[in-house]
Amino acid sequence: MTDLQDTEKPKILVLFAHPYPHLSRVNHAMADAVRDLPHVTLHDLYETYPDFHIDVKREQALLDKHDVVVMQHPIYWYSCPSLLKEWMDSVLEYGWAYGSGGVALQGKELAQAVSTGGPDDAYRADGYNGMTMAELLRPFERSAALCGMTYRTPFLLQGARLKKPAEVTAHVAAYRQWLTDYPHPKLCPGCDVPTVPATDR
Amino acid sequence: MDGLLLNAVIYLAAAVIAVPIAKRLGLGSVLGYLIAGVVIGPWGLKLITDVEAILHFSEFGVVLLLFVIGLELNPRRLWQMRWPILGLGGGQVAGSTLALTALGILLGWPWPVALAAGLGLSLSSTAIALQPLTERNLLTTPGGRSAFSILLFQDIAVIPMLALLPLLTFGPLAAEQGEGWVGAAKAVAAIGIIIFGGRFLTRPLFRMVADTNLREIFTAVALLLVMGIALLMQLAGLSMALGAFLAGVLLAESEYRHELETDIEPFKGLLLGLFFTAVGMSVDFGLLLSQPVRVLAMVLGLIVAKAIVLLAIARFARLQWSQTWLFVFLLAQGGEFAFVLFGSAASFGIMDAETVALLTVVVALSMATAPLLVVLNDRLIEPRFVQVSDRPHDIPEDEGNPVIVAGFGRFGQIVVRLLYANRIGVTILDHDSEIIDTLRRFDFKVFYGDATRLDLLEAAGAAKAKVLVVAVDSQEASLQLVDLAQKHFPHLKVIARARDLPHAMELMNRKVPVIERETFRSALHLGEETLKALGQPAYAARQKALMFRQHNQALLEQLHAHWDEDMDKRVTLQRQARARLQQNLEADEKAQEAARGLGWD
Repeated sequence: MTDLQDTEKPKILVLFAHPYPHLSRVNHAMADAVRDLPHVTLHDLYETYPDFHIDVKREQALLDKHDVVVMQHPIYWYSCPSLLKEWMDSVLEYGWAYGSGGVALQGKELAQAVSTGGPDDAYRADGYNGMTMAELLRPFERSAALCGMTYRTPFLLQGARLKKPAEVTAHVAAYRQWLTDYPHPKLCPGCDVPTVPATDR
Repeated sequence: MDGLLLNAVIYLAAAVIAVPIAKRLGLGSVLGYLIAGVVIGPWGLKLITDVEAILHFSEFGVVLLLFVIGLELNPRRLWQMRWPILGLGGGQVAGSTLALTALGILLGWPWPVALAAGLGLSLSSTAIALQPLTERNLLTTPGGRSAFSILLFQDIAVIPMLALLPLLTFGPLAAEQGEGWVGAAKAVAAIGIIIFGGRFLTRPLFRMVADTNLREIFTAVALLLVMGIALLMQLAGLSMALGAFLAGVLLAESEYRHELETDIEPFKGLLLGLFFTAVGMSVDFGLLLSQPVRVLAMVLGLIVAKAIVLLAIARFARLQWSQTWLFVFLLAQGGEFAFVLFGSAASFGIMDAETVALLTVVVALSMATAPLLVVLNDRLIEPRFVQVSDRPHDIPEDEGNPVIVAGFGRFGQIVVRLLYANRIGVTILDHDSEIIDTLRRFDFKVFYGDATRLDLLEAAGAAKAKVLVVAVDSQEASLQLVDLAQKHFPHLKVIARARDLPHAMELMNRKVPVIERETFRSALHLGEETLKALGQPAYAARQKALMFRQHNQALLEQLHAHWDEDMDKRVTLQRQARARLQQNLEADEKAQEAARGLGWD
């Protein structure tokens, strides 16, 4: 831990999940903007597994090589696109990611970069959705916790459909910067792994 | 010029009329050309009389044929064939020469005449034998390969034969023996030139010509190459065909192989046709009419003697009986080299003109019988061996397997491997004993037998099995098997491979629950890959392919409902379906775009 330099960048795996990227304004541009970052691996799930058959061993090996997992996707029906859910269901195996002996992801970090159609004031206790983004994303947060990963504050774009081109451009640039400045989980002070009782893992 | 044009019109017209008729009658193209030749030749309508010149000219078709065959055999594969060539070829030429020489001596000919005749008659016709083999794609079967090896050996053997002929004379010509050494030197030099040129000169030449982007110049160079080699070989006293073959082999690995092949192909086809026509014309019906018994007896003797030798060789090479007869019939005739050899023998004074004329008729007639024998084999002999082959049916052990797979070719194998991988017991039936022997070495337990036989199906445990996979090649057998299974084992779930649309319709008529058109999914997948190659995202391409499949399935059912109606109705249905699919794909795309507008970014 101590031999890490302050400038050491974490290896980030971006799990990009969008069924029709060619029809997307925001997510497509975001993915394109970070593709060339040397410490980032952009993994386009729909491009890799169009028939939903996921190569579990390959995905696990990919996770082994990274410190941070960023799930980048739009919110569909108050959740992620279905292939990303399928990815979670099949890759985060018992005995590997969680459960007895499942320590492969421990100490790594999970973050989300998501866009919503609705504006931010919809995602409040008194908004029309009746819940906050934190509440909406709770399943992901809990999944991270069960795998012994730190869950970081998501990178959000809300009301994506109402954004003007200039705002989209600014958001894309901010996303690139966010990933560029992303601190190494092992250098992150106070980022203690939330504990799940061993009997429940 | 008028004469040339007129002759060309006569040949082409004869071929255009005779060949399609012969094909339609199931006689094969060679016989069609031969008949055309007889009809327009000196003993038919007398439209053409200069047979000798035509025969000589059209021999070039054989040269082109061997060049094209050489293109498909690279040196490595040729080297792998060295033992069949030497063993089978040597055996055939030596055996036939001995047998035929003995027959000649029995006829009372002096031994040099008998030996010269024996040598010439031992050779078969490369063109006549190879045409059916290539037409039916049989060159890669054991029988085809053996036949090809022998033909190749004969092409080589003709060289020493021509060199040795002078030794059979006792007259003043014997002094010319010294020619042998000069001849050998010339031969070595010519072959050296071809190997050197083929290796080092042709590629830069082709590249230069290809760069001009003038298609016809490339064709011209290809023809020039083959003709030049033929000329060189002729000057060296060698077989033109052999030289062309050698050049073909040397170019087999060059990047211009396919272009050469397509450029030479039409010339080869036409000239070979002309060659067969010329053989038909050269049958001297005058001689045949004046001594019919003698000539026909000699033709019969020739074919029987060669057939016996070939049968022995086929046994030695362990060919299956079903392939043996085709092998025998293809090679049992005389060949075009005999004309050359007899001509040479006559010039050395070994044979008199009368003998040469007699032997020429015999050879020409035997060449004409070869395609007839092939038809005979197809109609009468081979079907027997395919069905009642010399291999007894295995009695499958009823192991209580839940699945029976009938047909273990390219298709059935994949089905079985998936099931094996999941430890599901499979009883496999196939009737190609060659495939079976190979697969048994890979530890597949395959039973030899005709799955359309009730007793065999019973022995395979059809009464207890759950699923029958019908993966046989033959549509007829597939439908027979389905009928049989539905009648006697109605509990079996039948899963069938359909070879094409009409076959699928027949299977649908029988209400087979699962029908898979064999090429549909792989072709659809290639289409999907093409969409991807054009820049479409993988998932979108996949969805489009799946939507296509869904529509196609619906169309299939519609077509089935109208299958017995006329073609027009089906065409209309297909057209409507195509339009509908296009509309749906567009609507789908619009819906997605609309969703984006609603914030599903």
